Amino acid sequence: MITIEHLTKRYGAQPAVSDVSFSCEPGTVTGFLGPNGAGKSTTLRSLVGLTTPTSGRATVAGRDYRDLPNAGRQVGVLLDAGAQHAGRTGREVLTLSALVLGVGQERVDEVLGRVGLAGKPAGKRVGNYSLGMRQRLGLATALLGDPQVLVLDEPANGLDPDGIWWMRGLLRGFADRGGTVLLSSHLLREVEAVADQLVVIAGGRIVAQGSKQELLGGRGTVVRGPDRALLDRALHAAGIAVVPGEGDALVADAEPLAVGQAVAAAGVVLTELRPAGGEGLEELFRSLTHSDGTQQVQEVAA
Amino acid sequence: MSTLTAAEGTTAATPAISPPSLLALTRVELRKSYDTRAGRWLLFTIGLASLGVVAIALFVDDAPKTFADHFAITQFPIGILLPVLGILLVTSEWSQRSAMTTFTLVPRRSRVLTAKVGAAGLLALLGVVAAALASALATVLTPVFTDSPMDWGIGGDQVLQVVLVQLLNVLAGVAFGMLLLSSPLAIVLFFVLPTAFSILVNLVGALQWVRDWLDLSTATTPMYEGDLDAQGWAQVATSVALWVALPMALGWLRIRRAEIS
Repeated sequence: MITIEHLTKRYGAQPAVSDVSFSCEPGTVTGFLGPNGAGKSTTLRSLVGLTTPTSGRATVAGRDYRDLPNAGRQVGVLLDAGAQHAGRTGREVLTLSALVLGVGQERVDEVLGRVGLAGKPAGKRVGNYSLGMRQRLGLATALLGDPQVLVLDEPANGLDPDGIWWMRGLLRGFADRGGTVLLSSHLLREVEAVADQLVVIAGGRIVAQGSKQELLGGRGTVVRGPDRALLDRALHAAGIAVVPGEGDALVADAEPLAVGQAVAAAGVVLTELRPAGGEGLEELFRSLTHSDGTQQVQEVAA
Repeated sequence: MSTLTAAEGTTAATPAISPPSLLALTRVELRKSYDTRAGRWLLFTIGLASLGVVAIALFVDDAPKTFADHFAITQFPIGILLPVLGILLVTSEWSQRSAMTTFTLVPRRSRVLTAKVGAAGLLALLGVVAAALASALATVLTPVFTDSPMDWGIGGDQVLQVVLVQLLNVLAGVAFGMLLLSSPLAIVLFFVLPTAFSILVNLVGALQWVRDWLDLSTATTPMYEGDLDAQGWAQVATSVALWVALPMALGWLRIRRAEIS
């Protein structure tokens, strides 16, 4: 269980994170979404005691991270896969951590197998690892102490599609067994598939948060047909509000069933009819997080 | 894989979790000093340097040939390399960015620093032992290669003061590492600053007392022979305050407060 309450971190006058609050329950995966520089890493670093917040509090199981008896046994952390001595082998990196955690060498072998680095890769120097292998090693370090909580910053970076799929399964399984997972990403698609709860941050502030269903649901139905004007008229006639969608599609403010019935009653031909959910969240994410970007582009253009 | 999954990430009652002991953390820090190629080479060089020095001493005709003499001479290369070892023990965490992992696993940073100081001290003792072994070898070989007899005499004062001076050397390195958190900067400043300081105070006659009381290398030189007198001890204390205690205190505070990234 992770609780973040009114967390604020300022560097001089510059706020990196302002009044961030959210919590992560056992048995769930929380996706912490936002563009680069939105304050995700600052929040996670404050949570694990690498940064001292200006105000507010972050706790794990009700305690400050610094007050956990043996932090690595309770919280598995992967903030930066590059934060390892390039001259050590993967196995040696894990052995050092195992000595701190007080777990045996057999546990090192176990997690090496778990993340797919057993055998030859374990004996290679981290300096010769690909980014994907470093992410796997970082994940192995996080899992080493058999924690109940995982905190991962952009864990999918550098993983190939197979690796991303594998990691999703691993995190899902971890949460399904009662663990708490908090993972950050700047890519919606990456966390959408695995997260139960989403927290969206932009410009250091939380701009949206809720369960995936809450953020996805109630966003209408995408409808498309050969004659757009006819379709528009048919839906209006049935009292369904319509806004233009992507390309020649329309987004109707109603359930697919109601839209289908209205269109059938008017005898209009359809080529597409589906809930607008996925795009809803993506639109939301884009509009929430890209506004600064577009402004900058406009300034540059002007 | 299926056999492992059952044991992972469950909220089942966990046995009482004990914090890592200082002993365990010191072991970890010691291990970090030799588990990379660079670290192993540095330790190997320290051993090699003491052998090299006694080899030269053996074949230079007018060089003194007793165990005590060899023991004193071998301390000099070790005294130069130990500070580098001390610096790297701290700064490699930053140059290699492993500090993030280290301090995430042990968020009470002072415990890690205490362990580093402990590991540095043990390595200094090992350095003295290596010097003693090289000196013993040289003493055994003295009658073989020279006309001098074997002479094993050594005073307790010398052993004690040599051990102490090497502890000070390695801790001075640790202190500079903590203060500067950068390997090249700390190594360069460690050797340049005291030298520049010595030159300055030697040039200006009025600063003579500064050299006597605040120059670490001047103050500690008699220790290699075990010749420190009462005023000498006081001078070592004041120089250590400036070159070891002060940078370590500042560095300790810096690391405790630093943003680790």
